[in-house]
Amino acid sequence: MTSYTDKIREISKRLLKEGKVDMVIGFAKGSVPMMHQPMFAGNAGDVDRFAWDGNCGINLANYVTDRKEKIGIVAKGCDARNLAVHIVENKISRDQLYIIGVPCTGMIDRHKITARVPGEIEALVEDEAGKTVTVSGAGFSETFDRADVLQENCALCMHRNPVIYDELIADEVPEQSEKEVDRYAAVRKVEEMSPDEKWAYFEDLLSDCIRCYACRNACPLCYCPTCFVDESKPQWVGKSVDPTDIRIFHFLRAYHCAGRCTDCGACVRSCPMGINVRALTKKLEKDCLENFGWEAGLTTDQRPPLDTFKPDDPEQFIK
Amino acid sequence: MKVIQIDKSELEAGLGKLEKAFRLIGPVKEKGYHLFKTLDSGQKPDLDYMNTRLSARSILYPQSEVMFEFSLDKADEQYAILREPEKDSQPRAVIGIRPCDADAYAVVRRNFDTPEYKDPYWLKNFEATTLVGLACSTPCPTCFCTSAVSGPFSDKNLDIMLVDNGDHYLARIATEKGEKLAADAGWQRPAEGAENRIEDLKLAAEAKIQSEISTDNLANQSLNDLYEAEAAIWEPEAFACINCGTCTHACPTCWCFDVQDETYGKSGFRMRNWDSCMYPLFSLHASGHNPRGTKTARVRQRFMHKLKYYVDKFEQGIQCTGCGRCVRLCPVNIDIRRICNKMNSYDPETCSCAVTS
Repeated sequence: MTSYTDKIREISKRLLKEGKVDMVIGFAKGSVPMMHQPMFAGNAGDVDRFAWDGNCGINLANYVTDRKEKIGIVAKGCDARNLAVHIVENKISRDQLYIIGVPCTGMIDRHKITARVPGEIEALVEDEAGKTVTVSGAGFSETFDRADVLQENCALCMHRNPVIYDELIADEVPEQSEKEVDRYAAVRKVEEMSPDEKWAYFEDLLSDCIRCYACRNACPLCYCPTCFVDESKPQWVGKSVDPTDIRIFHFLRAYHCAGRCTDCGACVRSCPMGINVRALTKKLEKDCLENFGWEAGLTTDQRPPLDTFKPDDPEQFIK
Repeated sequence: MKVIQIDKSELEAGLGKLEKAFRLIGPVKEKGYHLFKTLDSGQKPDLDYMNTRLSARSILYPQSEVMFEFSLDKADEQYAILREPEKDSQPRAVIGIRPCDADAYAVVRRNFDTPEYKDPYWLKNFEATTLVGLACSTPCPTCFCTSAVSGPFSDKNLDIMLVDNGDHYLARIATEKGEKLAADAGWQRPAEGAENRIEDLKLAAEAKIQSEISTDNLANQSLNDLYEAEAAIWEPEAFACINCGTCTHACPTCWCFDVQDETYGKSGFRMRNWDSCMYPLFSLHASGHNPRGTKTARVRQRFMHKLKYYVDKFEQGIQCTGCGRCVRLCPVNIDIRRICNKMNSYDPETCSCAVTS
């Protein structure tokens, strides 16, 4: 990953020096393991803080929303797809962006690793070959296969290479195929449940939610000036930790993301409680694929299916 | 203060005896991390833990709490009259609370127990609660309690402090509440010479604290200078912030709440819910104006409140016990240690911070 980091710094420095962009958005190494920090470099002197490894799971498309500057942005596959969604939805224009594409082999799941070790992790090292991850802390050191500790969305990712970019920092990585990964296995498992089982599953899924809204705020799609849960005139949703209100928040948010979500996993990554909120969005992703042959963020010239209509729609309800 | 010895094998039996007189609350691991939960009869608290994912704040100050109930039925004699609901006043004991969380109660109390206002909900819960703390022999690498207002063996706000000493706990009893609980549990065996052992363990634990913050200059700094340190502190720090409430919800010392009415059919209640200064709605006026309308302003508020306004108002140090939860949980690595050091070292002449990490 050192070569990735070097290349990101080199390109950023060039872009800033040449005045092609006003700022470059990327990641700085965090003060704690697995928590790299989104940062911007406004001049060539700042770019040496840029870093890249398996801890860059936050979606940087979230940081360009409605910005006016000319922006260089480091983008892995999912970030680039969300930039495409942003462009379609007029949250940024293509010519404002210089996309520094990062072919990605997946991000490390901080929740999974944290749960597997006996203490707090003080250091995390990925081997250069990208095969293993070693974490250590007071009295422990454990090495995992990188594949076993990837975020689930990364393990199931079909678009590791940026779909739009101005420059790639490395050769493309091989894409996974439907034969290798069954990306909707978990969704089918829930679909096959009885209503009672489904109820219990969703009740358990959201039982530890504290309504901090980290999932929503880490999501590049959630750019509404006022979210429906924050509306106060009128107020649509209760503010307490009443399970009904919590479920309304999650279910409605997921539906707002249908056909737009790229399964970047920033929601799960951000959740302090490690709730797999992707369980909701992944189902809607599957529905969009099956019903409309649609995957979000692969093009900048087509609007998402739930955001458009056709006068000759075969369904009766439209007429 | 007296110190007793409790064999680990006796702990469970003692807790069993306490069940009659106390509702027991302790750390429980259900989904891969520990949280404080009310223990079922016979359920043991899991004391083999670093710290709970969320703080112990909610034990005294639930995230949602009903303050009043009312009827909207015009035929009802009590129509539209706010009535206080029945509250659980049963004595309760928190087993295994960490010193940082107990010290946070003293911080929160400064807000809820003042000459002008005594918060009935928090104070009743506080009075009903006995705190049996567990000293931190192995602090987390992100803990900085010794340079905040706490420490791994700080028992100034505990009724009993348990210190792990191999096959037994040394228990230092600090209050009458603690005396009563120990008597109810049948924990009476004096531990001779234990103070020296506790002191040794305390020094060893303090030596394991890896991170610290500098707070010595915060009170001297000009409030306006810090407030206006946008280029040096607030803008760069706020860039990454996504304005979620993870930090405020995980924090043991955050105390802000919002009052809401909810109705169901012809009845309703007035409740208070934790609020977060990270949210735009927190400061939104009825007029539609929002005096803290930007992310940068909200980030500044959180840190100015904890590290400057509180410091100046109460003169009791910072509003932070160094538990490290916000550092561990912030999804975008906003690190209070870094920001505190920047605030402490900010030089208004040069508009820069001597310390940037």
